[in-house]
Amino acid sequence: MNHDSYEDAYIRGILMASRTVAIVGASANKVRPSYFVTTYLDSKGFDVIPVNPGKAGQQIAELDTVGSLAEIDRPVDLVDIFRKSDVAVGVVQEALKMDPLPKVIWMQLSVKNYEAARLAEDAGLKVVMNRCPKIEYARLCGEIGWSGVSSGVITSRKPKLLKGIQRFSIVK
Amino acid sequence: MTERKPGFSTLAVHAGSVPDAATGARATPIYQTTSFVFEDVDQAAALFGLQAFGNIYTRITNPTTAVLEGRIASLEGGTAALAVASGHAAQLGVFHTIMQPGDEFIASTKLYGGSINQFNQSFKSFGWNVKWADPDDIASFEKALSPKTKAIFVESIANPGGIITDMEPLAEIAKKAGIPLIVDNTLATPYLCRPFEHGADIVVHSLTKFMGGHGNSMGGAIVDGGTFDWSASDKFPLVSQPRPEYQGIIIHETFGNFGFAIACRVLGLRDLGAALSPFNAFQILTGIETLPLRMEKHCANALEVASFLDNHPAVEWVCYAGLKSDPGYKLHQKYAPKGAGAVFTFGVKGGYDAGVELVGRAELLSHVANIGDTRSLIIHPASTTHRQLSDEQRVSAGAGPEVVRLSIGIEDAEDIIGDLEQGLAAS
Repeated sequence: MNHDSYEDAYIRGILMASRTVAIVGASANKVRPSYFVTTYLDSKGFDVIPVNPGKAGQQIAELDTVGSLAEIDRPVDLVDIFRKSDVAVGVVQEALKMDPLPKVIWMQLSVKNYEAARLAEDAGLKVVMNRCPKIEYARLCGEIGWSGVSSGVITSRKPKLLKGIQRFSIVK
Repeated sequence: MTERKPGFSTLAVHAGSVPDAATGARATPIYQTTSFVFEDVDQAAALFGLQAFGNIYTRITNPTTAVLEGRIASLEGGTAALAVASGHAAQLGVFHTIMQPGDEFIASTKLYGGSINQFNQSFKSFGWNVKWADPDDIASFEKALSPKTKAIFVESIANPGGIITDMEPLAEIAKKAGIPLIVDNTLATPYLCRPFEHGADIVVHSLTKFMGGHGNSMGGAIVDGGTFDWSASDKFPLVSQPRPEYQGIIIHETFGNFGFAIACRVLGLRDLGAALSPFNAFQILTGIETLPLRMEKHCANALEVASFLDNHPAVEWVCYAGLKSDPGYKLHQKYAPKGAGAVFTFGVKGGYDAGVELVGRAELLSHVANIGDTRSLIIHPASTTHRQLSDEQRVSAGAGPEVVRLSIGIEDAEDIIGDLEQGLAAS
């Protein structure tokens, strides 16, 4: 499949079907983008599992953290790779040893590895490259517009409000 | 529907706007409030720390203004936009993000007189030094480059003469120098010309003009093209280096291809304070819905009026790129084929005094300093908008003593022509 651009329906489908997300390379440093993504997806109701060998057994953003994908005790829908592009193949190989298999391999904004993508797709997984799930979620639910960012979404449907203040959820 | 790429007129009506989440209101509500309550301190901290999306305070973001920003970004084909209090505030915001004291930028001599003043006067006191270059001599931009140069600034269609700038070679020069090309797209609007398609990196607007279109609200905008690599050098530390007040966040790394717009907002607008009123945002947004219709009429009328003047014995010359005989006609066909805009100049026989007299005789055309109104406007730049410049600056800006500037409205062309005819007949 073409990984230079994705239809909104493809990204929306992945985000709506995923509940458990493992973030490989989640940082405990509160100013790193991986920390923002962890807290944002947690706030949207995803079951987020930070994966960071240096923080195994501890917490990142108040979430129990594991040292590797193999240590995760529950089925994972989406593996988000927050590592350099050249180690993405190794992460996919680890993901393909999980049982059950995850459904999606997602490589962060600036992370691109076609070999990793091919490996995952050959095993029947969906792949997203060079995108941020936080930005994509915020774009598709409408929140990103509050920052003056063009969402690219034209719709006459009302956004879906979540509990609380200024919180939207993605909808079909 | 979502997978089809919507056309310009659809975007002009819809982009950035959805029914209100709380009430279902279909028109964009005017969120006339200074501030927004927090759920708790954690949410407040996430918003202040740029970790979550949401509104805190109308100086920085506002939901009504945000719809306008999303719409402008979409119409220009950029990644994000920031709406501010005026076109001047937009320029201040852009240069505040790009420049450090002692830095230089290169600007075209063919600019709105107010911009020439801003660059020559206030910007100098910040230590931001403008170097002027002539758009008729592309090499003059290259010659003005120095290691301190941080940007090139031009207008797509230049005020007052309606002269169209050859942007692509300038984009090449900027690219080679590793600096952004900034284009003021006020007179063209994205309906006529989209500078990002010609190599621009940043677009600025005075929304006061054709975008709002009704002469009722001031506003400005900064649009991020999303293409410039702010981290490729250490020239742009506000965007590419850790920010201490945001606990060390690197804006370009965190926000990627809309990082420049975010930097202008959370650093520039936060501190410079030239926020747009939500009410003005609403007015401008309503104006933009009819932008394609208005621009068609503005341009058709302008061409008729320019043709009339071109054949009038009391007129020395007409400068309008829409006329086939105009030296700018080729550039008009390349950069703005749907129309050459509706602001142009002509020279009256009899010089300064004849110009002043013609303006004084206008009965339908309004003698005002604005442009881009539904109403047709007339002014004598040498005695007004360009008065504060030197004689030499006036001539190089296309505002010599005999020059009269028109901004053609959307009235009936024959009525506009009739008013000019009676004014010229008396001279």
